[in-house]
Amino acid sequence: MKKILVLLMLFVFISSSAFAFKWPWAKKDEGTLTITGSTTVLPIAQKCAEVYMDKHSDANISVRGGGSSVGIAALLDGTVQIADASRSIKTKELKAAREKGINPVGNVVAKDGIAVVVHPSNGISEITIPQIEAIYTGEISNWKDLGGVPGPIVVISRDNSSGTYEVFNALALGGGKVREDAVVLASNNAVAQTVSQTPSSIGYVGLGYLSDAVKALKVGGVMPSNATVNAGSYKLARPLYMYTNGNPKGLAKQYLDFIWSAEGQSIVEDLGFVPLR
Amino acid sequence: MKEKIIKLILLACAFVSIFFLCGITLTLFTESLSIFKELNIFKFLFGTHWYPTRYPPELGILPLIVGTLVVTLGTLIIAVPLGVGTAIYISEVASHKIKEILKPTVELLASVPSVIYGLFGMVFLAPLVQKVFNVPIGLNAFTASIILGMMALPTVASIAEDAISSVPKSLREASFALGATKWETITRSVVPAASSGIIASIILGLGRAIGETMTVLMVAGGAAQIPHSIFDPIRTMTATIAAEMGEAPMGSMHYQALFAIALVLFFMTLGFNILADWISHRRKV
Repeated sequence: MKKILVLLMLFVFISSSAFAFKWPWAKKDEGTLTITGSTTVLPIAQKCAEVYMDKHSDANISVRGGGSSVGIAALLDGTVQIADASRSIKTKELKAAREKGINPVGNVVAKDGIAVVVHPSNGISEITIPQIEAIYTGEISNWKDLGGVPGPIVVISRDNSSGTYEVFNALALGGGKVREDAVVLASNNAVAQTVSQTPSSIGYVGLGYLSDAVKALKVGGVMPSNATVNAGSYKLARPLYMYTNGNPKGLAKQYLDFIWSAEGQSIVEDLGFVPLR
Repeated sequence: MKEKIIKLILLACAFVSIFFLCGITLTLFTESLSIFKELNIFKFLFGTHWYPTRYPPELGILPLIVGTLVVTLGTLIIAVPLGVGTAIYISEVASHKIKEILKPTVELLASVPSVIYGLFGMVFLAPLVQKVFNVPIGLNAFTASIILGMMALPTVASIAEDAISSVPKSLREASFALGATKWETITRSVVPAASSGIIASIILGLGRAIGETMTVLMVAGGAAQIPHSIFDPIRTMTATIAAEMGEAPMGSMHYQALFAIALVLFFMTLGFNILADWISHRRKV
């Protein structure tokens, strides 16, 4: 009985002291930045935070994923200073923000191109946006309609709440319905992997996921690349955002300035995204 | 005094699980039921189109229910004969030495994380299925069933093995004394005597198949369609929740619909468990 009491008191003491004082090895609280949002932007936010914190030991940046919608919702709730988003803010979200007196500002940190990919053995090397739409909505379901070797097209898409899907859907399908028997995969990697193993398939991935295992198609005569995305000639491209409440200030500004610096942009490029010029 | 405290602590432990179950049920109901103010429940359960992010959303989960049932059935077809066979072999036939090797190996299968099964399915099994059966894509109900069957196998095997081993020795001896062969003893006395335990093992394996998320997300192909063949890609209820919950804004219709799927799943597993309980009790008498 006594032992239990002593243990209990010890527990209360330890837990209360944890709130009362900071551990000597904890980082000094000179700057804390919380970031959450798009899983597409996550690697950029994460890597840049690591490098930034290596240089500024007094800064404390914590980064989480969760998705664009989750990030923006957290920004509106005031629980984070930066919301990563792989799409621009929706009118509905903007309205909600205004009601709460929050002014979301989209800071573009990089660009991302979406490449349409097929199996390397596929004879087709070019496609148009209307053709992509016809394939994904089910109007065309045979490669011979595209001038390829006859055979059914295996359509590979992303799950309907991924940012990549939303952008692809808006840019290439004009909001059309993806055919129901389309294979739906949960990540860029899974799409690249599956297309590389499936000769009759077509899929779409971020530029960073291109490799020799898959063949990227020219869209409307333009090959997806950093240069064509930046020039605006490749149509399936999108900016990646870090949303802040008002213009970034304090640590958020220093962090964003770092991402925009030459070093930050070279990290962006290393991660497979398109750096801003 | 000391005993009283220990008793109290144990009581609290026992009630914690009930507390959590109530909490889960309550959350499922409160988060999902408001959707049925706007959406007919029959349209939800029997609608065949799942386009939750379109405007207006189409929220029919029949393809997801069918997908779940198809994969579960496929899993059972693979896991039950293999699992029960393994259990009979380990407990009745195998020599001591083989038993010592086989039993931990089978149990090791259970400790492999499901994401690793998923990777194995995606990178190795799916291309193989695609080539061997000459189907357009290897990510389908068939491949998912094989992988889930492998995952359910250790559950079925080890629990069925426990049930078979705990059949009293006297029963076997009586059977031999009547002149039965070893095979007759196994099929006519031992397995029937252990049947309630074997059924329990099958139900637990089935629970693993219905609730498994990561593997089906990676391997089943994810197409929200009612399949025409076992080689069609399908999408299960769990995979839908896992893939979409992260990006469904809180409080939206999509978010509520995902909770409603969880509620349906909850009732399905509850139903299976009640059925299993009923079967095993009836057999015992």
